[in-house]
Parts: sequence; C-alpha cells; structure tokens
Amino acid sequence: MTTDRLKIYDYSIALVLLAITLISVSVTIVIMGILGIESYNFFQLVPVTDFLFGTQWEPFLEPKSFGVLPLITGTLIIVIGSSIIAIPSGIVIAAYLNEYASKKTRKIIKPLLEILAGIPTVVYGYFALTFITPLIRNFLPDTQVFNGLSGAIVVGIMILPMISSLCDDAFSSLPSSLKQGGYALGAMPFEVVSQVIIPAAKNRIGASVILAMSRAIGETMAVTLAAGATAKLTLNPLESIQTMTAFIVQVSLGDTQQGGAAYLTCFSVAGLLFLITFLLNIVGHKLMTQSKHGGF
Amino acid sequence: MSLSRSQKNSLFKFSCQAVTAISLLVLVVLLYHIMKEGFAYLNFDFLNHFPSRRPSRAGIKSALFGSLWIMGLTAMIAIPVGVCTALFLEEYTNRKNKWVKLVELNISNLAGVPSIVYGLLGLTVFVRFLGMDRSLIAGALTLSLLILPVIVVTTQGALRAVPDAIRYGAYALGARRYHVVFGQVLPAAIPGIMTGVILSMSRAIGESAPLIMVGALSFVAFTPESITDPFTVLPVQIYNWVGRPQEAFHGLAAAGIIVLLAVLFTFNIIAVFIREKFQRYKND
Repeated sequence: MTTDRLKIYDYSIALVLLAITLISVSVTIVIMGILGIESYNFFQLVPVTDFLFGTQWEPFLEPKSFGVLPLITGTLIIVIGSSIIAIPSGIVIAAYLNEYASKKTRKIIKPLLEILAGIPTVVYGYFALTFITPLIRNFLPDTQVFNGLSGAIVVGIMILPMISSLCDDAFSSLPSSLKQGGYALGAMPFEVVSQVIIPAAKNRIGASVILAMSRAIGETMAVTLAAGATAKLTLNPLESIQTMTAFIVQVSLGDTQQGGAAYLTCFSVAGLLFLITFLLNIVGHKLMTQSKHGGF
Repeated sequence: MSLSRSQKNSLFKFSCQAVTAISLLVLVVLLYHIMKEGFAYLNFDFLNHFPSRRPSRAGIKSALFGSLWIMGLTAMIAIPVGVCTALFLEEYTNRKNKWVKLVELNISNLAGVPSIVYGLLGLTVFVRFLGMDRSLIAGALTLSLLILPVIVVTTQGALRAVPDAIRYGAYALGARRYHVVFGQVLPAAIPGIMTGVILSMSRAIGESAPLIMVGALSFVAFTPESITDPFTVLPVQIYNWVGRPQEAFHGLAAAGIIVLLAVLFTFNIIAVFIREKFQRYKND
C-alpha cells in the first residue's frame, strides 16, 4: 500500500515538473503569437512592401510613413561598426590567451574580461555620451552630439568579451595534437595560430561572431542613449540615427495611443528584430554544435 | 622589405598583447571616469533622498528600494521555475528524446531573444492583458522570464556535474526517483546552482530596457509598499538622469552607477565565494 502511495507521489511530482517546464516553451509561443498578431493588424493598415522597402520613417507626424529601411541602416551602422572593433580584437585576445599568455596571466585577464561583459548596458550608454562622444568631437568637430560611431564603439566594447571567451573556448577545445604537430614541424606560435588554430576552429569562430552580432542587433539602452532618435537613411556614422530597438523604447516612453498604426508599428519592428536575431541564433547554435560533435 | 618569420612572430605577439592591454585599459578608463564624475555626488543624502527636479536635492532612494523589491520578487519567481525546469530536463527525461532536444533548443534560443522583446511581452501580457498595470509584480514577472533561460542552463550544468554514483547509490538503497532527485542530487548541486542564480540575478539588476517597456520610468517619489505599487529601479533612474541635458544630472547618473556597480560587485564576490568554498562537483 505504501508503495502505491509513493508511486503516486513520484508520478505527480514528475507531472508538476513537466508543467513548469512547459512555461519556457509557452514563452516562445506567446512571443511569436503577440508579434505575429499585432504585426498582422499593422499590415492591415500599412502594406508590407511599404514597410519593408520604404525609405521614410515618420510614424508620428502627418503625413505618416512607415518605411523601415532607415531603422535598418541605423542598426547596420551599429552592427558593422561594433563588429569591426570587436571581431578582430576578440579573436586576437583569444589567440593571446591560448598561445602566448602564461597560466597566471590568463587567470588574471579572464575575470577582468568577464567584468567588462557584466557591466550593465545603461552604464555603457553613459560612458558613450559623456566620454566617447566628446573624445570623437575633439578629432572630428562636425560630429553630432548623438552619433552612430559612439554607439558602435561601446557596443563593440560590450560584445568583445563575448567573442573572446567563445573563441577562447573554441581554441582550447581543439585537440592538442594539432598544435603540437605544427610546432613539431618547426612552426612559430604566429604560424600555428594563423595556419593551424584559426582554420581548424573557423566554424566556431563563425558561430561566436554570429551570436555576438545578434547581441549587437538587440542591444538597446547604450544605443538609445548614444546614437540618438533620428531615423535617417544614411550610413554616415557621425550623424544622429535610430536603431530598431531605440525606436521601440521611444514609443514606450511617449504616450502613443493604443491601437493606432504608430503603436502597432512597435510590434512590426519588434517582429522584424525577433526574426533576424532568431535566425542568427539558430545558425550560430547550429555551427557551434556541429563543430563540437563532428570534427573538432 | 620583408620580415623574417621570427620578426613576424614577435610583431604578432606584441599586437596580441597590445590589444589585450587596450581592452583592459578601457575597463580602467570606464571605472575611473565614473568615479571621477560621480564621487562628489555620493553621500548619505543621495542614498536617502527621492528624485527631484533640482539636482542638489535629488537622490536614489526610490530606485534603490525598487531594485531590491524587483530582485526579491524576481528571485522568488524565477529560481523555483528555472530549477524545476532543469530538474525535469536532466533527471526525468532521456536526453536523446527529440522533444527534449526541441525544448533545449527553445531555451537556448530564448536566451538570445533581445531583452526589449521581453519588454513588449510583459507590456502586452502582464500590464495590459492581465491588468497588472505598471506594478512591481509586472516588472518582476517580465524579468523572471528574461533570466529563466540562464537559470535553467546553469542549473542543468550543476546537475550534470553531480556524479552518477550518488544516484545509483540512492537507487540501490531502494529510494524512489523523487527521493533521489530532491533528497540527493539537488542538495549536492546547490552550490553550483547558487552560482548560476547569483550571476543571472546580477544580469537582472542591470536590465533597464524591458522595465522601461513595462512602465518603470514614471517619476517615483515614494518607496513601494506592496507588489501592486508603481516603481522605478537603479538602471532606469540612471537612464533618466543621463538623458537630461544639465551637467549636474550626469554627475548624479555617475553616482547612481557607482551604487549600481557596488551592488553588482557584491553579488559577484558572493558568487565566487560560494563557488570556491562550497562547490564539491564541477564540470569543466
């Protein structure tokens, strides 16, 4: 009899745990549902092609226009700029930690990089506005107070630790026979890094780059503070721009009335943002797991 | 002129060192800049005053209390849900099952969803649909969903690090699964879980975008008393101050950042302490 009771206990606990696990699944479904439904409502008011290919973004003032391209170019400036800063230096730091640094140096540098990664994004926004922008304006006086370059630099600083730590994992998980083979042939550390390690780990380097770019696209507070709120179709990093994320914040701060096109466009922009980051994350994880299981 | 191989190597080594040094220098400059700008504003009055239009009288009390409330509530919601999810995935399922794989893929994707999207989710579901309005509980629920994937993944790691011998030993003594899981595996994994939990909480404490979405920006000149009260938090208050044109508010923002970073570093030191002192099982 007691065995039966224990059996029931056991099953009911398992069921409760299953139910709780389903919460995280439902979060994805609810996110997709909300973004899908509200975007659909938006596209009843504004044609999809006007949204995707329009070059004017003026959701609040008459005549309203909802061309998302200016927000895309704004986001692109941030992503490209931060990638130029973070990708090469992230890989180089990982190479340094793996091939040159002593165990002791490594033990000091890794936690410091983690601190850099753990600093809240609003702090980077403050840093961009009060330190980096004045610095840029020293050299390029024509730069506007809010500008894409300053935003791109801090986002670059933010994603750098992510790239360096993922690449570091990738490099150190390579079989040591590869490196030793290189050294046995008389290669220098530089040659081992550039001709053995980087080619062998290229999939996982690619994965970390993709994941970091996805993070840069979704980054909100730093770019809202540093890059401004002027949706403009430009690739000039010295002008004030607006990213997709910054626009969503702008809408939530203002008192846009619920249900109108200006309110609904928040969801269509978020939907686009979700779609882009979702695809990048899937590709990134796929590359990552493939190279973990097959090959190296 | 071409370089010899060893010259190339030295050059590369030097540039590696230079890049690493520069990135650490950025950290130093960042912290120094904040200290320099904010230190003058940091005193007991700053901690004990409410926000004000006059910089000299403005303080961070409501934001500090708001952050503590949000942290407490988020921990109470996210930790049980996250730990239970991880327990189910690790201890109750076969990892090769395709549904389990799908759930795990889903969780790793959720970890990559931009935080602002969680803000929209919170705004639509908690604030509007469930009628919670701009309250602490709406903010805490939103943040809980945001940090859930991190807690699940780190807890899974901690559970995986518990050696199977403990499970087999318990089963051999006739224990049922829930005895094994809750009586043996979970207690053994708690230090590892704690480390992950504290790290995810330190992510939550710095989050501002989703809380702005659920309405935390409103001028708050009181400390919250219940979970249905409106609120503001440290990063949102800092954002508010940075966004103003007057210099003095930037100083206040820097002082707020010092408080925020102090809270964060305390969290991280506790996490490191637990990891070094109590963790018996690690998987590297």
